[in-house]
Amino acid sequence: MLQLRYFASLRDQLNCESEVLEWCDNLKTAVDVRAILISRGEQWATTISKPSVLIAINQEIGSNDSTISDGDEIAFFPPVTGG
Amino acid sequence: MAMKLPFFHPSQVAKPAIMNLYISIQNDDFSHSVEYQTLCNDAPSIGAIVTFCGLVREFDDGRGEALFLEHFEGMTEKTLTHICEQAAQRWPIISARIIHRIGPMNLGEQIVFVGINSAHRKAAFHACEFIMDFLKTDAPFWKKAITSDSEYWVEAKTSDQAASETWKK
Repeated sequence: MLQLRYFASLRDQLNCESEVLEWCDNLKTAVDVRAILISRGEQWATTISKPSVLIAINQEIGSNDSTISDGDEIAFFPPVTGG
Repeated sequence: MAMKLPFFHPSQVAKPAIMNLYISIQNDDFSHSVEYQTLCNDAPSIGAIVTFCGLVREFDDGRGEALFLEHFEGMTEKTLTHICEQAAQRWPIISARIIHRIGPMNLGEQIVFVGINSAHRKAAFHACEFIMDFLKTDAPFWKKAITSDSEYWVEAKTSDQAASETWKK
C-alpha cells in the first residue's frame, strides 16, 4: 500500500488530507500514482495535473520520474511559502 | 599496481560538522535576545554572529490582518537540517539556530529566526542568507492569509526562487 498525503491549498481543493492506496505491481514511478488520481474526475484532474504541484516521496522532494515502492509515503503540495 | 581508491557516494562523505544545530518548529513566540545570547556563549572561537528575524507583515495588496502557517512535520526538519549541512560545507560556521513558528500569527509578530555564529563575519553573513534563501524555496511551510472577509493561500514568489538559484551558479 501507499500512504498519500495532501497539504495546504491542495488538501482544501481535494477535501482530502490523507488516504491509503492499494499497491499494485503496475505502479513504477510517481507519475503512475498521479495518473490514478487524475482519473478520479475533474476536481482531482485540475488540481493534481498542475505543473507547479510538488511531490515528496518519504519526505524527500521527488519528481514524476521518481521510483516508488510498496510502503512509500507520497505527498503532494503546492510551492512552499514559509519564512 | 595502482591503488584502487574507494568510491564514496556523496551522502557517505563526512560532512563538516556544525558544532551545534538547533531547529525548532513551534507555535510559541521566541526571544531574539535569548537566541543571540545562546549564540554568544557557544564557543570561545566565535568572533561573529549574524541573525535574521522575519516578521508577519502587511500583504502586497495592502490587505491582511493575520496569517496561519502550516508545515509538513518531519520533512520540514529534514529539509532544514540538509540546508544547514550544505551551508556548513561552504562556510566554516560553528552553530546554526533556526526557529520557525506555525499556527496563527498577527501582523508584526516574529515568524522566523535564523542565527549563525562563526570565527569571522563573512561566513556568518553568507551562511545566514543562504539558509534563509533555501528555507523560502525548499522547506515545506505554507502561509494562509486571513483578512476580515476572506482566507486565501499565499502564492509562491518567483523572486524567492531566483534568490536560491543564484547560490547554485
